[in-house]
Amino acid sequence: MNLDATAVAIAAAVNARDVSAVEVATAMHARIAERDGAVGAYLATTGELALAHAQLVDARVKAGERLPLAGVPLALKDNMCVAGTPTTCASKILAGWVAPYTATAVQRLLDAGALPLGKTNLDEFAMGSSCENSALGKTANPWDLGRVPGGSSGGSVAAVAAGEATVALGSDTGGSIREPAAFCGVVGFKPTYGRVSRYGLIAFASSLDQIGPIAHTVEDAALVYELMAGRDPMDATTVDRPVEAVSNALREDLAGVRIGIVREFGLGELEPAVRDVYERAYADLERLGAELVEVALPTADFGIATYYLIAPAECSSNLARFDGMRYGLRVEAADVGATYEATRAAGFGDEVKRRILIGTYALSSGYYDAYYVRAQKARTLIAADFAKAFSACDAIACPAAASPAFAFDAKTDPVSMYLMDYYTIPMSLAGLPSLSVPCGYVTPPGAAGPLPLGLELSGPLFAERALLGFAHAYERATRHAELQSIPALPGPVGAR
Amino acid sequence: MASGDIDVAYVAKLARLALTPAEVERFGAQLGALLDHVAVLERLPVADVAATAQVIPQTNVMRDDVPRPSLDRETVLQAAPKREGAYFRVPRIIGEDA
Repeated sequence: MNLDATAVAIAAAVNARDVSAVEVATAMHARIAERDGAVGAYLATTGELALAHAQLVDARVKAGERLPLAGVPLALKDNMCVAGTPTTCASKILAGWVAPYTATAVQRLLDAGALPLGKTNLDEFAMGSSCENSALGKTANPWDLGRVPGGSSGGSVAAVAAGEATVALGSDTGGSIREPAAFCGVVGFKPTYGRVSRYGLIAFASSLDQIGPIAHTVEDAALVYELMAGRDPMDATTVDRPVEAVSNALREDLAGVRIGIVREFGLGELEPAVRDVYERAYADLERLGAELVEVALPTADFGIATYYLIAPAECSSNLARFDGMRYGLRVEAADVGATYEATRAAGFGDEVKRRILIGTYALSSGYYDAYYVRAQKARTLIAADFAKAFSACDAIACPAAASPAFAFDAKTDPVSMYLMDYYTIPMSLAGLPSLSVPCGYVTPPGAAGPLPLGLELSGPLFAERALLGFAHAYERATRHAELQSIPALPGPVGAR
Repeated sequence: MASGDIDVAYVAKLARLALTPAEVERFGAQLGALLDHVAVLERLPVADVAATAQVIPQTNVMRDDVPRPSLDRETVLQAAPKREGAYFRVPRIIGEDA
């Protein structure tokens, strides 16, 4: 069997009983054992759970059912709950905590036949752009083991890129699916806010967090998306509107499509080799029949400032629940207040502490209006700019990140790390569906080989169907993901 | 929005975070740099703009007031850092002389 087949192909083979889900689960776990010592995508594998699901899938298929994800190996970012399985958010404060219930998005994929392979690494509580903020493990970029996979969903994208999972789930608050997908040369898709239930996703910034798929192809990402999207009574922010079938309605060209190129996102400041890749990507969109139109997003430059007030404010509130009383770490001290303080000091890493502090400050008496409310007003202006831009175009194209993956420890100053999300944050603040699709490669000095870049395509609210269609047309015409492959990974000798 | 006035020790107290003096200094400098960056928002004309808490047009979402099973008590208590029978054991909250 071909472990590198798409989810669509694996499900077809399992449904046709050409291969069993048990065989897929067994082979994939053998591959993880062989490769993950070098990559470090997983914090924990769940071999027995995957096998139990595989047996269930095989029984259902034998009984005549056809399951859209029959036997498809699935990796889960470790901020999503799976009942009976440790869920850590890559934080010492949750190390060893076992989730008592399963996230809705995960449950829907398991019901569709997916096999839960394991839990993947992330920046602690999904706060970061490189996966370096994990307190529990180090994940390398499969394209160059000396570089970061991006973040915060670094483990999930690295698992897919290294062939250690067919599809994965990530979560995206300000770019945490799209930036790592670009860095690792895979497709990463953040749906419209409210499309996918957040029940069972451990909260970072509740008005921004959204679960999305990571896959090798747009078609696989679309399939996973449509299976997990839709209203969930357990998350009141999920919208009650039908999820259109996407995966069987993907287009092959861009005739009649208007693609917006953002005036403020000029490519002039990028490295020449990176700029060439994006100029070619825009030309390819045109060659496929799209009309390129210039659109203005005058407030996009304020995205990072807006985000780094709103997201930390929501984080400081959400993470107040980690007080050492009902679950997670507790460090006993003289009294209850000192116990809270000692627990949180020992349990959280530096980036989480920084964001809690900035959020607490922005929400504190005397500063609330100047920081938090002003940022919420800026958010209104950013969303309005996008609404205006989408009156002139059907989707917006821009880089997913300004550079390919960078080396470990290259960005030690927090603000320089925050700037990595320049192209992804504005869409998050406006709640828009947005994805990264591979668009080419560059080989900077010192790189082990070619490093992938991602083209970001973003659409109006709830326009997932059109957006995935455009991305599919681009992917099929350019086939960038097929042009290069990851270098051979060192074997299990010297594994972690 | 002056950035020089962030009292990190006070904010840490509000956030229930114990910080070492070295952390107070380091986080203070880093938060100052971030506040310098977010000061660009002062350039936006926001006086007559409504605040956005979340972007999707949702108002109150109601459900029927029907009892339904909640999480199993024993499963939840197994995650407790300390328990006593069917209860979470927590530090004393009311003082001796309260």
